[in-house]
Amino acid sequence: MQLQQMYQEIILDHYKNPHGRGLRDPYDAESFQVNPTCGDEVTLRVRLVGDQVADVSYDGQGCSISQASTSVLTDLVVGRSVAEAFTKLDAFVELMQGRGAVEPDEDVLEDGIAFAGVAKYPARVKCALLGWMAFKDAVARAGGETT
Amino acid sequence: MTAVTAPLDVAALRADFPILGRTVREGKPLVYLDSGATAQRPRQVIDAEREFLEQHNAAVHRGAHQLAEEATDAYESARARIAAFVGSDPDELVFTKNATEGINLVAYAMGNASTAGPESARFVLGPGDEIVVTEMEHHANLVPWQQLALRTGATLRWFGVTDDGRLDLSDVDGLINAQTKVVAFTHQSNVLGTVNPVEPLVTRARQVGALTVLDACQSVPHSAVDLRALGVDFAVFSSHKMLGPYGLGVLYGRRELLAAMPPFLTGGSMIEMVDMTRTTFAAPPQRFEAGTPMTSQAVALGAAVDYLSVVGTDRIAAHEHLLTVAALDGLAEIPGIRVLGPVDGHARGGAVSFVVDGIHPHDVGQVLDDQGIAVRVGHHCAWPLHRRLGVPASVRASFYLYNDLSEVDTFLAGVRETKRFFGVA
Repeated sequence: MQLQQMYQEIILDHYKNPHGRGLRDPYDAESFQVNPTCGDEVTLRVRLVGDQVADVSYDGQGCSISQASTSVLTDLVVGRSVAEAFTKLDAFVELMQGRGAVEPDEDVLEDGIAFAGVAKYPARVKCALLGWMAFKDAVARAGGETT
Repeated sequence: MTAVTAPLDVAALRADFPILGRTVREGKPLVYLDSGATAQRPRQVIDAEREFLEQHNAAVHRGAHQLAEEATDAYESARARIAAFVGSDPDELVFTKNATEGINLVAYAMGNASTAGPESARFVLGPGDEIVVTEMEHHANLVPWQQLALRTGATLRWFGVTDDGRLDLSDVDGLINAQTKVVAFTHQSNVLGTVNPVEPLVTRARQVGALTVLDACQSVPHSAVDLRALGVDFAVFSSHKMLGPYGLGVLYGRRELLAAMPPFLTGGSMIEMVDMTRTTFAAPPQRFEAGTPMTSQAVALGAAVDYLSVVGTDRIAAHEHLLTVAALDGLAEIPGIRVLGPVDGHARGGAVSFVVDGIHPHDVGQVLDDQGIAVRVGHHCAWPLHRRLGVPASVRASFYLYNDLSEVDTFLAGVRETKRFFGVA
């Protein structure tokens, strides 16, 4: 059934037990993103130390897809260089915008590959990208070097 | 009265709607519960539009050839039937591109009134004047007024909403007062289903000389609405929510008001005389229909009101009431459901919005969709209302004449399945 492909156990686990949730200090920049069609929102903070993503903290309200994908984001980017984090961001965006035709690379996206099924539902792609767009915006505000 | 109370033959009606025969999501029969967003169209409406295009298509109100005559007749005949459907006359009905544009037309005309002639004085707004709306409005009947207030310096005020989803009418005389110039409110909430009492608001608005603007998008398709009997000054409704095509809204305005109101959009078709420095305007409704109108759409909406009239708006309302009460009763038996708006059928239309404890509306909608059930999820263009009720979004099932009780059962089973899928007790 399509539905199980979308709601992978990994996604439901992250939804029920989100990683890194809650807004923390210190941080360098904060981004607030909202999905105007459904009212889902996320506030996300980034702490950069040198070229490293030292912390990502967030709060918000939204569906299982948006919440789980933000939880996965923190696993993927915290402790990595900004450039590495943006490689993952680009890969995740490519996967989500691929209409189900993109084969995800587990080495790059780890738990993020669970969202491959979401890409088949165009109405939900924005949900999956909400936290990632907040991360991209927050890093830009913090002046991080992304390449 | 037997004709009014005779139940609808839904199976026969459904045969008129080709799309209801299709399947979705790997072979599931479509259960279409999103008519509050847009209604499906019967063959009679689709055929009327095709027949116009195949036999009579021409630009209306210009040209002297036979097709131009036929097209103009078809267009104006549609206007007359649509006007009769809502208890008004054809010269009081303006075609717009959608209901949203109809509300903007009034709001912008009021904004333009300050630079128009003395006949437009009653539409002028400025600092010290007040515009009254409600907290349950669709954005289409909130944002244009909010922005008009910002442009003119007028103050926006609003009726609050009670916890059970009714308008808080405890201070009608305070909110609508000597400063009030406009009272804009919905006839039937697109989220709560609440049918608002028009009479006390119109009565008070008249006492203070304020104009009333009724958003009838959710009432005209689903019940017998007589705009003149309601006594409102302006009203809007939407073609595609009442079996008609997209790209067409209808603005009703009382004759003497339309006659005194300056135009919103200007250009071709809306003029009386033009020279290089000045223009005089055509009489209503043409004054408000600049440019080539949406002709085949108007013709098709004419066919839609014919269809609704034959079925009978009172019978449609009674049928939807039955479905609504069944849905409300069924949801009440499922633990962890909160219905937004009235939980009984009194003064309530067929939009049933709700939240499920522990499951986001988007996720509820996704599981329902997987079973072939089409509902709306999100804030339904009523973000302030959702904020007032303390939820970010909701799930909305909305009914129309072609839905039946078995679909309500499928929907209720779908909600139970959603809870099972997400492991919520």
